[in-house]
Amino acid sequence: MTTLTNLTLKIWRQDGPEAQGRFESHQIPEISDEASFLELLDILNERLIGEGKEAIVFDHDCREGICGTCSLMIDGVAHGPQRGTATCQIHMRVFHSGDEIVVEPWRAAAFPIVKDLMVDRSAFDRIIEVGGYITAPTGGAPDANLIPIPKPVSDAAMDAAACIGCGACVAACPNGAASLFTSAKLAHLNLLPQGQAERYKRAEAMVEKMDEYFGSCTNHGECQAACPKEISIDNIATMNVDYLKSKFKNRRSLAR
Amino acid sequence: MSIDLDSKIPDGPLADKWQNYIANQKLVNPANKRKFKIIVVGTGLAGASAAATFGELGYQVEAFTFHDSPRRAHSIAAQGGINAAKNYQGDGDSVHRLFYDTVKGGDFRAREANVHRLAEVSVDIIDQMVAQGVPFAREYGGLLDNRSFGGAQVSRTFYARGQTGQQLLIGAYQQLARQIGLGNVKLWNRMEMVDVVNIEGRCAGIVTRDLMTGEFSSHSAHAVVLATGGYGNVFYLSTNAMACNVTGAWRAHRRGAAFANPCYTQIHPTCIPQADDFQSKLTLMSESLRNDGRIWVPKNPDETRSADQIPEEDRDYYLERIYPSFGNLAPRDVSSRAAKRLVDAGQGVGPLKNGVYLDFADAIGRLGKDVIEERYGNLFEMYERIAGENPYVMPMRIYPASHYTMGGLWVDYELQTTIPGLFCAGEANFSDHGANRLGASALMQGLSDGYFVLPYTIAPYLSDLLNKPVPDTSHPEFAKIQQEATDRFKQYMSIGGTKTPDHFHRELGQIIWDYCGMDRNANGLEKALSEIPALHEEFKKDLRVTGSDTSINQTLEKAGRVDDFFELGILMCKDALNREESCGGHFRSEHQTDDGEALRNDDDFAYVSAWEWTGDPSNPIENKEQLEYEVVKFATRSYK
Repeated sequence: MTTLTNLTLKIWRQDGPEAQGRFESHQIPEISDEASFLELLDILNERLIGEGKEAIVFDHDCREGICGTCSLMIDGVAHGPQRGTATCQIHMRVFHSGDEIVVEPWRAAAFPIVKDLMVDRSAFDRIIEVGGYITAPTGGAPDANLIPIPKPVSDAAMDAAACIGCGACVAACPNGAASLFTSAKLAHLNLLPQGQAERYKRAEAMVEKMDEYFGSCTNHGECQAACPKEISIDNIATMNVDYLKSKFKNRRSLAR
Repeated sequence: MSIDLDSKIPDGPLADKWQNYIANQKLVNPANKRKFKIIVVGTGLAGASAAATFGELGYQVEAFTFHDSPRRAHSIAAQGGINAAKNYQGDGDSVHRLFYDTVKGGDFRAREANVHRLAEVSVDIIDQMVAQGVPFAREYGGLLDNRSFGGAQVSRTFYARGQTGQQLLIGAYQQLARQIGLGNVKLWNRMEMVDVVNIEGRCAGIVTRDLMTGEFSSHSAHAVVLATGGYGNVFYLSTNAMACNVTGAWRAHRRGAAFANPCYTQIHPTCIPQADDFQSKLTLMSESLRNDGRIWVPKNPDETRSADQIPEEDRDYYLERIYPSFGNLAPRDVSSRAAKRLVDAGQGVGPLKNGVYLDFADAIGRLGKDVIEERYGNLFEMYERIAGENPYVMPMRIYPASHYTMGGLWVDYELQTTIPGLFCAGEANFSDHGANRLGASALMQGLSDGYFVLPYTIAPYLSDLLNKPVPDTSHPEFAKIQQEATDRFKQYMSIGGTKTPDHFHRELGQIIWDYCGMDRNANGLEKALSEIPALHEEFKKDLRVTGSDTSINQTLEKAGRVDDFFELGILMCKDALNREESCGGHFRSEHQTDDGEALRNDDDFAYVSAWEWTGDPSNPIENKEQLEYEVVKFATRSYK
């Protein structure tokens, strides 16, 4: 265990969605390298409350990299400097004494800032609500082993299903696109035999809902680099194919 | 005054009770369902699955979560798996065996009929979740794979890599999202339930605080379901998420719902040990790792060599030594206490000597690194990120930590609390795990309650209310309770003391961990019972909450939750002091066998203690539900 000294945090503060934001600097004289980055913010918040100031608002919950609640642009990188790692799993050992660390919220038109470092990601829920599911009401399911699923197929679905819905892909994208998020959900469900019945309806509905909120994908690939679960942009290609096919297959468009 | 604890267990032989219940229960016809409104608080496995299923059935549903999205609840962090009596491995599993293992694992302190129902519906859960697209692990032939978990001698655990909870919660969330999209469920996100409202002896709704605006509001319904999770965060350091709290269950308790077995808390044996004083939470390493990892400590307390340099003869594989037939898969309570004894004896490992080794060298040698990576890859990565050591090379260091709470609101067979119309599901209730929960059973219980139990058991209550309108939120009782909640939060803001909510939480957690943790005794518990109220008084005088109460304020949210943890902590210690025996997660050092195992007292303590709120946290009233076993015979739990 070693101690880092003389860190400066430049943190974005913003009182509300419409308020003018600003950077605030805080000195951290010393911190153990065993501390997580969010524990550093906890310690800073304890200090701020002690000084009678308002604590910095940031989203976080499980601190195990799985709930997808945490966010933060750290030095301009979504979820900070460690690849394949959510902010809550970043530990101070990846920083150095004397570093100035810039901390900002996700910046995307579809994710309005709520306060300080917290944003509103509910546009993601809207995308799921229009088709990110398999219609299977409780009670009528056949035996689970009735449909064998080849292991590679199941594994590929699982790779896509690992998405934690944190929004890093959107924050990292110069266009503020949500193609990685949407395509991961589509890949999860569209690869599985259970998902075939609604495959094209799902692709069409989710892509069109996504377009209501988010920018367009122009294949920068920043999303894959920022994803804490390292979800592949191959899913975006598959999504585009399914979306195109949906326009031919879906009865709704045929009737028009 | 005492509460009538009618468990409403259906007649008939144990194995037929649930089917008899379904066959004879009162129903609500499809056209009438839309006349009923149900509130579901919490959107974890139990809450999301209940809300989605109510929506499908045609009820009007309102679902509340304090998260930004219903996909975040801490069910998501469950790693290892979900049990089901499918017997896909042909290794002798059956509904009866899962039932028996669960009752035995719970140290004969669970209600037989509830546990049997859980084992019965476990098979439906797997079918349901596969139909929803949950990508469970599969064999090359395309069929589902299983692994084994603590306390069982069969492989009945279904899993999705090391993130089974995530995949199941996303399955339930997607089903809920569909109902929200269809307009059958109305979602209220970033809304925290802060009180329960009863009118004329029935639950009529809830009072909430909008976390974004600080605004209080009242919501009424014919029935309310609490699926608000467990209270493991009372220890401050636990494997729970930061926001997990007892407020939902506790506020219901204060309005008349009995709180059962609060002293039954589970300390999970495999967590990453604490590294520092400012640590905010502990991280679990799935119990599934014990399928292939071997647990050991150096025989010599003064050992200085690194783990890979210590030869076999200088290692003590203590679980394999003491419990040869279950070995590294001994149940959680047993494994945790064994680790504690060795660490207390100075044989701990790591810089603070506060852990034991979980070693994969043998398994990697036998199966190859690729197989281990396939099974546990993401857990190994997570360990390396947190501990800064590579577990493929160096054994993991682990130590027990607060993980799950078996206690919770008392519910009858229908999952109804002692307040008519208030139901409770998932970890928040006490019903299925007795004094100790087996691994991979929490996901099973959450989904069982939400998908396959509540949708049936809520109907008889509702059918009696046919054509009665939804209670009116303009009723004076709503106004009164909403005002009380408003005043309470105003009070936190106005104390103007010097210490933060986190400060008090940390101090409280330390007391509970020291005196009501893995090892309890009368002296310690009495000490805790004098220290906690004193600290609570200090909290009321010296709390400092900065910021405003009209925009998001996480310090204020925390203050409300810590306030409730104080009162719960007192009840936990009372219950632990009262229960003069050792069972499951409750270990009283006065009651142990000569070789340090738990010593149960079935003659005097084979009951559920259901505590009643009196207005004074230090003087609750104990009510007892005697546990009747018709099928299972009491036996000393032996994993040797």
